[in-house]
Amino acid sequence: MSFLSGFYASLYYVAVVILIAGLVNKIVQYARTPAPLKIPTTPAPTSSGKVTLRMVREVVFFESLFKGNKWIWIFGWVFHFGLFLVTLRHLRYFIDPVWLPITFIQPFGIYGGIAMVVGLAGLWARRVLVDRVRYITSPSDHLILLLLLLIGLSGLSMKFAAHTDIVAVKNFFFGLYQLQVNPLPSDPLLLLHLLLVAVLMIIFPYSKLLHAPGLFFSPSRNQVDNPREKRHIVPWAERLEQE
Amino acid sequence: MAKADFEVPLLKPYAEIPALEPGAMAHSRPFVAKADFQGPLGFPGELVEDWQERAIDKMGELLGKYRSLRVYLDSCVKCGSCTDKCHYYLGTKDPNNMPVGRQDLMRKVYRRYFTLAGRFFPKLVGASDFTREVLDEWYSYFHQCSQCRRCSVFCPYGIDTAEISMAAREIMDSIGVGQKYCNEIIGKVYKIGNNLGLPGPALRDTLEGLEEDVFDDTGVAVRYPIDEEGAEILLVTPSADFFAEPHVDGLIGYGKVFHEAGVSWTLSTHASEAANFGMFIGSYANMRRLAQRIREAAIALKVKRIVFGECGHAWRVAYSFLNTLAGPWDFLDPRYPVPQHICEFTHDLIQQGKLRFDKSQNDDMVLTFHDSCNVARASRMGDRPGGQFEIPRAIIRATCNHFFDMEEETIRERTFCCGGGGGLLTDDLMELRVKGAMPRMQALNNVMKEKGVTHMAAICAICKSQFTKVLPYYGMEMEQIVSVHQLVSNALILTGQDRDEEDEEETSDEAA
Ligand code: HEM
Ligand code: SF4
Ligand code: SF4
Repeated sequence: MSFLSGFYASLYYVAVVILIAGLVNKIVQYARTPAPLKIPTTPAPTSSGKVTLRMVREVVFFESLFKGNKWIWIFGWVFHFGLFLVTLRHLRYFIDPVWLPITFIQPFGIYGGIAMVVGLAGLWARRVLVDRVRYITSPSDHLILLLLLLIGLSGLSMKFAAHTDIVAVKNFFFGLYQLQVNPLPSDPLLLLHLLLVAVLMIIFPYSKLLHAPGLFFSPSRNQVDNPREKRHIVPWAERLEQE
Repeated sequence: MAKADFEVPLLKPYAEIPALEPGAMAHSRPFVAKADFQGPLGFPGELVEDWQERAIDKMGELLGKYRSLRVYLDSCVKCGSCTDKCHYYLGTKDPNNMPVGRQDLMRKVYRRYFTLAGRFFPKLVGASDFTREVLDEWYSYFHQCSQCRRCSVFCPYGIDTAEISMAAREIMDSIGVGQKYCNEIIGKVYKIGNNLGLPGPALRDTLEGLEEDVFDDTGVAVRYPIDEEGAEILLVTPSADFFAEPHVDGLIGYGKVFHEAGVSWTLSTHASEAANFGMFIGSYANMRRLAQRIREAAIALKVKRIVFGECGHAWRVAYSFLNTLAGPWDFLDPRYPVPQHICEFTHDLIQQGKLRFDKSQNDDMVLTFHDSCNVARASRMGDRPGGQFEIPRAIIRATCNHFFDMEEETIRERTFCCGGGGGLLTDDLMELRVKGAMPRMQALNNVMKEKGVTHMAAICAICKSQFTKVLPYYGMEMEQIVSVHQLVSNALILTGQDRDEEDEEETSDEAA
């Protein structure tokens, strides 16, 4: 086992643990924190079935963002949809046999990669050019964009410029399933790509990337508008009634 | 035009997004509550010694009690969608009045004390210690949010800056830094029963006066009862309805509608206030205590139904929170929602053809309608989403011949706040109120020019008071703001009413 393969193997173990533990921790925290009052942004759905539809529209189409700003929506949606396709495409490195739908979307995954980069570039341009967005930007907001952009670019260059040994990469990750370190190709682009992805996994639960689970817990979006029909009361508020 | 010692924004034909002017409103801060006003609400009288520590503790407590706060502080991606949506930003150009800018005043403290990234890399993620300067910024800018929720409509995660402002005010109250206007008013309700501090005899007097006026006007003995045990309906209405124009014309209208409906009703001295300023200061305990008065009055007066008068945030607390705060309402008539809005009540009667109107009585006005923020984005009327937009409009259409909406971008769920909501309706914030009214004034001005609109109807005591005060700054007349039930009152033909002349075939209205 080379030092490099060993290093990346440990890096990925650590990254996966941090990602999963961090996210589970956050999700449990969100789920456990009560929402004492009914605060859906109205007009809001009056049944839970319709709330599910509202959430689907938010997650899939970014409905509220569409109402808010068409430029952010276009770039943001292109980036996320690209990211989604790319993620699906990458599944083939982690499962065997590869499911048919995953095989099917392989070519689209490439467009996804390009879309992701284009979307990110657009978002970044807004961050620099629009004075309001520039004002609310901290260094970390730039760094996350840089990170994702570099992930996208290094990935695309492996597709279009300097190929790497995909079979070996897959073999490396399959080895990790069995606590076994198989050799990882030492192409610089691949190493950079994998390093940055691990960094992304590690920062995920500790950064604004929490918006992904956060959306599902947002009371202004996920509550049913039925306060008159059904009494909504949480334990800490109920205790006040006993006093 | 009213005199101003600040620059009143110019009204333009099209909405514009202003360039940032950092610090433009840093000087705006309401009077701080004295110890006398803090005590009755359960807050320390002045800034406590270990305020920093206690503020952080309080923030931790609220993070554990309110999922909204926790999720909203974590989730913002700084996308910018909300940045041009707040009327206070549009009117003042101050970047801390961009919703995300306002949230960040709390988020930087949250990150510093409650997140790993902020603890170890504060500069990187814009985290900051809770210093005296930060506290001053909080006091200033969390009192430049009217909690109107416009930002939450456009945020991809529904982040509601109102929730953050409420939490900030609760934290400040808990360390002894309260706002005079809100806290003094809440104290008045505890002591006297309403925001204006009108005692029972004064209310009785006013109501008797109204009965006489309506009799002189119509020849019909319409009653305005108070504290009548056994009445079917308890009417809870903002205390402004008891004395100020145009509010009181609305109250006259409610009475006429009840009269025509043939139901018995009563006001209550104990619950002579629909407003609940406990919400503005984010205090569940105070909000609950205020809401309990309504329960107590309903029980004491043995009523079967509760109806609320025209008031925006009061309707939010009533519709969305009352069941939580003061329910269950199992002792009331289950055939009716608890509570009902007076507009729902009137609209039902119109649909049943039980009210007859002479719309020409409102022909001296061309109307538009201002959707109040708390009604629009934090409540509902009727059984369908959006009823809060359609029902008041249906009432206006049933009672008036001339009605035009303002630009679509400024009404319904996108409505602009009047500029005086959220506990900011106080003279020490006049500059903020005038500037924050700009987007609404602009839309009104445009519809006046394009459609010849002369009057704007509203269903909120705060909106009505705010516009009465602010319209003159923009070269308009304070009388241009009217109550929806004032229109009803003008047009409603009471059974047995003597009418000057009689030509009109009255329209008993088509379902609108
Ligand atoms: C449930 C899944 C997700 C939803 C619904 C979602 C939604 C959104 C929305 C609506 C925005 C604002 C618009 C924009 O700036 O693009 C946003 C921003 C962002 N999202 Fe997501 N997202 C999800 C998952 C992810 C994931 C998995 C990542 C990265 C690994 C990610 C990275 C980002 C970044 C970096 C931004 C900020 C872009 C900027 O700086 O302008 N998102 N997301
Ligand atoms: S709630 Fe209203 S006043 Fe407050 S920040 Fe949002 S838009 Fe502005
Ligand atoms: S719209 Fe929401 S996520 Fe975007 S900057 Fe504003 S608060 Fe943050």
